[in-house]
Amino acid sequence: MSTKPKHPELSERFNADEPRVDWHDATLWWIRQKRDKAAHTLYEDWESLRNTASAIKDNVLGNLADYLESFERQATANGAIVHWAADATEHNQIVLSLLQQAGANRMVKSKSMLTEECHLNEYLAENGIEVVDTDLGERIVQLADEPPSHIVMPCIHWKKEEIGELFHQHLGTPKGNADPQLLTEAARQHLRDKFLSRRVALTGVNFAVAETGEFVVCTNEGNADMGVHLADVHIACMGIEKIIPRREHLGVFLRLLARSATGQPITTYSSHFKSPRAGAQMHIVLVDNGRSQQLGREAFRNSLKCIRCGACMNTCPVYRRSGGHSYHNAVAGPIGAILAPNLDMTKNADLPFASTLCGSCSNVCPVKINIHEQLYEWRQELTRQGKVDFGKKMGLKMMSTVLSSPMVYRSMGKMGRWTMRVIPGMVSNSFNPWFKQREMPEPPKESFRDWYLKNRS
Amino acid sequence: MSVREQILAKVRANQPIDERPLPDLTAFPVRTSEVLDQFMTVLSTIGGKPVRVKNHAEIEAYLQENPYPGRIISSIPALQHPAEPIPENADPHELENVELAIITGTFGVAENSAIWVTEANYQQRAVPFICQHLAIVLPADAIVANMHQAYERLQGQEYGFGVFIAGPSKTADIEQSLVLGAHGARTMTVFLM
Repeated sequence: MSTKPKHPELSERFNADEPRVDWHDATLWWIRQKRDKAAHTLYEDWESLRNTASAIKDNVLGNLADYLESFERQATANGAIVHWAADATEHNQIVLSLLQQAGANRMVKSKSMLTEECHLNEYLAENGIEVVDTDLGERIVQLADEPPSHIVMPCIHWKKEEIGELFHQHLGTPKGNADPQLLTEAARQHLRDKFLSRRVALTGVNFAVAETGEFVVCTNEGNADMGVHLADVHIACMGIEKIIPRREHLGVFLRLLARSATGQPITTYSSHFKSPRAGAQMHIVLVDNGRSQQLGREAFRNSLKCIRCGACMNTCPVYRRSGGHSYHNAVAGPIGAILAPNLDMTKNADLPFASTLCGSCSNVCPVKINIHEQLYEWRQELTRQGKVDFGKKMGLKMMSTVLSSPMVYRSMGKMGRWTMRVIPGMVSNSFNPWFKQREMPEPPKESFRDWYLKNRS
Repeated sequence: MSVREQILAKVRANQPIDERPLPDLTAFPVRTSEVLDQFMTVLSTIGGKPVRVKNHAEIEAYLQENPYPGRIISSIPALQHPAEPIPENADPHELENVELAIITGTFGVAENSAIWVTEANYQQRAVPFICQHLAIVLPADAIVANMHQAYERLQGQEYGFGVFIAGPSKTADIEQSLVLGAHGARTMTVFLM
């Protein structure tokens, strides 16, 4: 068993600062509300857009091998060079070798959750390569030596005063100044210099089109484009599930993506890269890293439909109150909790339990992934595989005994109500996890059943 | 077996075998005829500035009233008075000091005010990103209603690089406060002609 802290412990740390939790919760809920507004402006189309997107992805999952071959063929014909990586290690090695071929020991990188998943930055640093993350939020967490806590808003857990202090230390902004305008301007100047001086730029990929061999990168800041168009070498890294069949399908996904993510009608830039600029190189790295395995797990394969909008995190009552780092995985929140066990069941066995199974994630998902059902499925799978710890297993066994016998259930209920009334210290103590960060409810004098038996006439 | 063959073999072995036809996209009818109004309204809400003009002379007059101190480049021959042409085949780093770039857009999309431009519109891919301010000249009758119509227009089109641009570069990474001018253009003016 790994001794790294798990979700409950990491959440507890986050919950130590109650006002911060409230602020984090409210911020994400506000973004969820913006998403709702954006979806409602398209109320006539929204549900059929979700159904259509989901159906396109169904078709992709059923024909993925052919689409990958088609994409490779087209991209190669367009002048790109396609690489294949079975896992994170191979991916990292390919990127390093491309840097070495280019004779570069530094590069700029725009947002790519795949490279987070592969721990590319650490690997390159060990090999003497300096990587500058150019998305503002990613640059902030990079300067702070932290991973992103959200796939769309990497530093959503940071307060502007803390960013002011961080920038004061690293970029020399005036001490005590936390004006977002000033801090963004400082980052603009700092990163412009990087864009102008780096010869290799790495980007992620939002969608790759099998029919044409082009791929699309979406940003609001323009950092992907600033990096690529000023570099000699463009490396685009993508998971193999990012394929869509035809260019026209971009219309469906681009209508959904930004509205689901931030409530914007579209991101500022939706850049379609088809062939390299004259004299420049374009490399595409296709990465499996467990995806083909997930494709074979019938109950979980739909998780591969994910377009990484983050809507499920913004709406999740657990994510909002536990923070992205409590998921100890590149992708946090409900979607991360169904992707992570595929990568490592032992390390990530806690994550499918970090949910109330309320289903809000599935309701906002633009590609209609049944996230909460998969969380429930993973719990069963992980228990079958012996990955759930002894305490939880015994607890569930006991609960099963109580809930499957009406007589035991009634007498336990009576005992519980009596205990909470007469000796509340028995339950309202720090040994009871339900007592942490909340008060226990007032115990009723009688159960609903007793009340019903008395009053049913 | 190469890595490529191994991955493809594993995908083929694991992908579902049931029939999964592609859905029909014609199910999304066009909902509005007021595309120009919608385009201008949405553009304003996302931080862009729509300006109606009749001809290039009016753009020139606008630039005289709203001057941009510094280097102005344009791909539009009729604007070669206030602007210098975009240098072809130059090193893109040489564009670092561009204050304003004026380029043509192919068409706009009413639902999100995105404008499609390809490198054919402006020779150098870096232009609309590296400039401090961006202006796009767009025929006022070249507005489609939604993204489905947009991709109908792009069907079979060839380009090495193309981009939908919707408003100025922006970020809200610092406590969700919207700041215009992240890494790309700080402002975006759209001349609807």
